[in-house]
Amino acid sequence: MKRRETIRVIDLSTGYYNKKNTSVITRHINASLYSRELTCLLGPNGAGKSTLLKTLTAFLPPLKGEILIQNKELKSYSEADLAKVIGVVLTERLHINNMSVDELVGMGRSPYTGFWGHMSAYDKQVVDESIALVGIEGLRGRMMQRLSDGERQKVMIAKALAQETPVIFLDEPTAFLDYPSKVEIMQLLQRLSREKEKTVFLSTHDLELALQIADKVWLLDKPNGVTIGSPEDLALRGEMTKYFHREGVTFDIESGLFKIDHKLTNSVTLEGNGPVANMIRKALARHGVSAVDNEEKNKIFADKSEIRLNGVIYPDIDSLLDAVDSVFDRK
Amino acid sequence: MSRGSTIILMVMLGISIVGFFILNLLLGSVSIPVDNIIDILLGRDNDNLIWRNIILKSRLPQSLTAMMAGAGLAVSGLLMQTVFRNPLAGPSVLGISSGASLGVACVVLLSGSIGGVALSKLGVIGEVTITLSAIIGSLLIMALIAFVAQKVRGNVTLLIMGVMIGYIANAIIGVLKFFSAEEDIRAYVIWGLGSFSRVSGGQTSVFILLMLVLLPLSFFLIKSLNLLLLGDSYAQNLGLNIKRARLLVIGCSGVLVAVVTAYCGPIVFLGLAVPHICRGLFHTSNHAVILLASLLGGASLALLCNLIARMPGFEGALPVNSVTALVGAPVVMWVLFKRRKTM
Repeated sequence: MKRRETIRVIDLSTGYYNKKNTSVITRHINASLYSRELTCLLGPNGAGKSTLLKTLTAFLPPLKGEILIQNKELKSYSEADLAKVIGVVLTERLHINNMSVDELVGMGRSPYTGFWGHMSAYDKQVVDESIALVGIEGLRGRMMQRLSDGERQKVMIAKALAQETPVIFLDEPTAFLDYPSKVEIMQLLQRLSREKEKTVFLSTHDLELALQIADKVWLLDKPNGVTIGSPEDLALRGEMTKYFHREGVTFDIESGLFKIDHKLTNSVTLEGNGPVANMIRKALARHGVSAVDNEEKNKIFADKSEIRLNGVIYPDIDSLLDAVDSVFDRK
Repeated sequence: MSRGSTIILMVMLGISIVGFFILNLLLGSVSIPVDNIIDILLGRDNDNLIWRNIILKSRLPQSLTAMMAGAGLAVSGLLMQTVFRNPLAGPSVLGISSGASLGVACVVLLSGSIGGVALSKLGVIGEVTITLSAIIGSLLIMALIAFVAQKVRGNVTLLIMGVMIGYIANAIIGVLKFFSAEEDIRAYVIWGLGSFSRVSGGQTSVFILLMLVLLPLSFFLIKSLNLLLLGDSYAQNLGLNIKRARLLVIGCSGVLVAVVTAYCGPIVFLGLAVPHICRGLFHTSNHAVILLASLLGGASLALLCNLIARMPGFEGALPVNSVTALVGAPVVMWVLFKRRKTM
């Protein structure tokens, strides 16, 4: 199964305008979005993520350039037709009461139902499938106001699925969620892009997560505009370092993830390997101590069974760190 | 809530309407035996002309008017609460009632000083003029609101605009009152008290016909209303033309208020309270259910209020507005208390 181009953006400029003035936020975007791919839009606050997303979903008109969706210009879609091509999940929290999960997912069928909104057997089947795909069968009869933020987000994703659109746009779907829920939502979206051949495009601040799960990343910032590629390509080209370089943070090319820099002022010898040694290395870095191979004075030995500093055995890393600190304090 | 219990509740609302309607015919300052009332209604008994007049020219039209007005105001209130996504929106909030008042005030209060004849003395022609001026006044304000609705995106902005327009209308009325003859002011104040019995004779059937046409129209909006619950962005993404939908809902709601206010004067709280009572009863936000429930509930509550206003013992009948406020205000307070949990 091959990916297919669903959206093409040609020389797009986004921003706002009124009679008096125009404020361009991002210029000259040339890009494509593909089915079976999860694309993440990353960038600092105020870089124009929301504006770009709103422009792509036709909530805002583009200032310049073209957006082609399935080879047809976005402008030429009627509201009703567009509802069958793009489904959205927004970051704004819905204040809706006394509507059951079933009913809300059913709203996703609105573009297909008739004047009175009556659902056919097929509509009901699609709703059932969407609910099953997202894995919220247990919530079916619950009222929206009784759901947690994560559950709510899943319901909205089910709504977008019920809409049966080839493209799904999500504006910060992982904001306000706890970490496991963030991972769950991202994995769910990745699975949907594969299983249902959806084009999934989302904005997020969860850098680590995006770099691990996204097929494509759009890096957005004011001076540079948009840089696009797979997370790995971007890493190799040095784009990651360029975009996210801050004092105290470096991009680790080994893991393809970001790392916090620690100022290392002291050093000890660390012998041994395996997870315990690795954890000690990590903990030492936090305390400003680097682990080297040839420092003579202080020597840590670690393996599965014991941790020793200069011959003294310590029960865990915490107590070892205490000992290390006191060694350097004395100096 | 299951389909079964929804239907049972709906039927109970229907029964309450029939019950209150019958009580409205039975009770009053003059007691008429039930047998005679049935005879009069069936057109069999023509002996007692006074009884016949009381039933056919007073109690029956008053009950029908109350029923229709209540249904209209409740439906209108529901539409406003949905479109403005504000639980405290109601027919009077958007300034539409004030528009009607302004229309009436202009005609009643100015007629004396301009035409030299006080309108309040003109009888039937005067009544028709008042009705028309109320409709024109409220439709003008509504057109203004609809125009503003096209320009501003936020619903709160629009709501505040409505409230401000209401203040302006009331200020103008105040100025007009200052320059008017005392008897005209009296006529205006009486109109402003609100009453289901002001509508007389042929006008009753015109009012009822109008409402029978307008009320079903609101049912065409069910799908749009349900989508509007999701907020503008989601609704638009699901294919709804937001501006058109908003205009249609405000328009429908505005025309209902305009007609009811024109015939009955400004009736407060019914439009605000009934949708809340219905949401509390039916535990759903689906407009297919809640719209019908509001319609029935509004009719039922208006009949009850009319009944209380006319209770034997209150010789001469209380102003309906006092009763609706006494029933409605506690409901609004209850909503505010419960709001933290459900709204």
